[in-house]
Amino acid sequence: MKLSKRIFASLATASLAVTVTACGGSDSSGNFDDTVTVGILHSLSGTMAISESTLVDTEKMAIEEINAAGGITVDGKSYKIEYIVEDGASDWPTFAEKSKKLIDQDGVPVVFGGWTSASRKAMLPVYESKDAFLYYPIQYEAQECSNNIFYTGATPNQQSEPATDFMYKRSPAAGGDFFLVGSDYVFPRTSNTITKAQVKQLGGKVVGEDYLPLGNTEVAPIISKIKVALPDGGIIINTLNGDQNVAFFKQIQDAGITPSNGYYVMNYSIAEEEISTIGPEFLEGHYGAWNYMMSIDTPASKKFAKSFKKRWGSDRVVADPQESAYNMVYLWKQAVEDAGTFDDNAVREALVGQTFDAPQGPVEVMPNHHLSQTVRIGEINSEGGFTILEETGVVEPQAWNQKHPSSKGYACDWTDPKKGEKYRL
Amino acid sequence: MQLILESLFNGVAIGSVLLVAALGLAIVFGLMGVINLAHGELMMLGAYSTYITQLIFKQVSFLKPFYDSYVIVALGIAFLVSGTIGILLERTVLRRLYGSPLETLLATWGVSLILQQFVRSVPLAYGSGLVIAIFFGLFSPLFISDDLLHGARGKLIRASTWGFSALLGVATGGVLSSLVSKLSRASARNVDVTAPSWMRGGIDFLGITFPKTRLLIILITLISVLVVIFFLDKTAWGMRIRAVTQNRPMSDCLGISTETVDIITFGIGSGLAGVAGVAVSLLGSVGPNVGGNYIVGCFMVVVLGGVGNLLGTILASFSIGIMTDLIGAGRLLTIWPDMPSPLYSTIDFFATTSMARVMIFALIVIFLQFRPTGMFPQKGRMVES
Repeated sequence: MKLSKRIFASLATASLAVTVTACGGSDSSGNFDDTVTVGILHSLSGTMAISESTLVDTEKMAIEEINAAGGITVDGKSYKIEYIVEDGASDWPTFAEKSKKLIDQDGVPVVFGGWTSASRKAMLPVYESKDAFLYYPIQYEAQECSNNIFYTGATPNQQSEPATDFMYKRSPAAGGDFFLVGSDYVFPRTSNTITKAQVKQLGGKVVGEDYLPLGNTEVAPIISKIKVALPDGGIIINTLNGDQNVAFFKQIQDAGITPSNGYYVMNYSIAEEEISTIGPEFLEGHYGAWNYMMSIDTPASKKFAKSFKKRWGSDRVVADPQESAYNMVYLWKQAVEDAGTFDDNAVREALVGQTFDAPQGPVEVMPNHHLSQTVRIGEINSEGGFTILEETGVVEPQAWNQKHPSSKGYACDWTDPKKGEKYRL
Repeated sequence: MQLILESLFNGVAIGSVLLVAALGLAIVFGLMGVINLAHGELMMLGAYSTYITQLIFKQVSFLKPFYDSYVIVALGIAFLVSGTIGILLERTVLRRLYGSPLETLLATWGVSLILQQFVRSVPLAYGSGLVIAIFFGLFSPLFISDDLLHGARGKLIRASTWGFSALLGVATGGVLSSLVSKLSRASARNVDVTAPSWMRGGIDFLGITFPKTRLLIILITLISVLVVIFFLDKTAWGMRIRAVTQNRPMSDCLGISTETVDIITFGIGSGLAGVAGVAVSLLGSVGPNVGGNYIVGCFMVVVLGGVGNLLGTILASFSIGIMTDLIGAGRLLTIWPDMPSPLYSTIDFFATTSMARVMIFALIVIFLQFRPTGMFPQKGRMVES
């Protein structure tokens, strides 16, 4: 009895040791003076796993690249980056809990994580109360500016505003009426509030909007409304989430809401990854707006796509969220090296003003903890990619949207102690 | 006129998706009284069967010319797949739990989680192999003479049929994974069923576009309902099922094998879930959670219609469908644009998909306050009551 207990205990310890090593980064070969462990926190199970696991893959790749190039050099010492991957399980309280674990128990200097706005909102109080640092890589609705979060995705003025402008002025449906469709949660509703204000400024008309409850795939009533509101074609702005896009595009095509009948859909949540799931035959001729598209014809973009395919399989694609995740790892590295320490406060100061030659082109960290980036409008083609139609110059991020009635006239600046999270312009 | 026709068609289209999904449940829950929370996952298996059938027709050279008709083949396959898993579920889990609804509810919920994780973590090729092994393992004893199945020799024969089925399953899995590379890896990613070209687009008639997939789903629903009604009303087994539903001990005394009746009823109910899976795969994407999105709607339809009454299920699903279209698409606003403004803004407020859902649930709750047993309560003397 005693013996078996002991065996069991030693087995448990051994398996624990195996798990711990399995969680940690790759092998410890190479000549480094020390190691630093960072946290990666995305959903690896549940409904969001499909999307978020691509970010884990990208972040691992970026870390491996940095290690292969000699790691991080701080104060003359070279550090190898190791990582602990935690599973947020598509459950928002779990994200907060795992954040606490990474900060308190593992003592990581930085966490790369999150996808949905709900998960970010759940994590925010944890990072603020512990004065830790989260890097968040997704295009989102903004209206937030935390001293403890660093946002590398697009804000609405870096995605939806140029896209609405394009649809109203230069698309084949230019001057037409707008219909807004989205999933029923915070991002589509905020994004559409901004779009409505913008369409009004442009002199256009929003003739209808509807939100599909998450999980619902019955689009028939929305199709009837679109047909009543836009009898002869027009512009549809789509902020549906994930699988609901499949149902939407299958059913609108059958109902004759297609580019050939004068209906053009602008999408904010459909990237290369989603096109391959939905099927390009349903999406061809519609539009998307992103900072990064796989079809960008620059050496940096091609290298990014090529190394990702080489690391994870030739059938994989890269898309905008992955590019943001890739950039944030590199930007963190640069800031740490400039600060000469892993200390959060010093790194935060060093971070603002960092520039990086990203796959999308040059990006720069602005005082409001967001990135200035390039915006691209693309038409979806039959090969499942985007044909890039136009490209803006570098657009500065607005953490507080200037078209949204609740935040008009406000901005965020963390470099000036008198300004901070939200100050009047 | 055109508006009424369009609204009616939409209502029937939405209703028939609900009906085809709830039909299997109406039998399992309505007739057998089993609360099967894994019903949605049986639908999901049907949807995945459609996906696999589509891929096989696309990849295997001698089936390629028949690609356009894969949906019809998928209907049969989905029925068999979901039916087989349903019967396995009945044999292994449910028959030990008859008469204890709470335990059944928990057990079937557990099964639904297992099935969801199964399609996420097992490559579909080997998943299909497993289903084929179970299918032959369960059904091959039926083709062996009863005399052979007794005693020690019988046990040996039974074991060897299972062994043979297992081999067949492994072989199918291997062949499928080498033929169709997409099936050889496990993936939690949602997959997509593309309707053959003759089913895409719509038919223009009287100035309205009727989407072809919707017409096909209405047709599938109609045929399923007719077959079920014919089976229950006109065949010997249908009569036995109805007898067992009304009075199980008495039927048992009269020589009806209630165990066989249970298997057949549950198998048909589950098979119909598979057929529903084919229908929903034509509308949206196919993923591990696809069934969960429909399960609440299914129970709602069965309860509203009156448990154990097929006609009630049919009427309930069509009325929910028509209400969804009337409220959600804001039809009243189109018909009567100059209504008084307070009324207009109220109706406008509910004229979104989310609010229409809230409204319909509220109406059902109110309805059930007055008719707790649904539209058509079961009449007659029941042993349980």
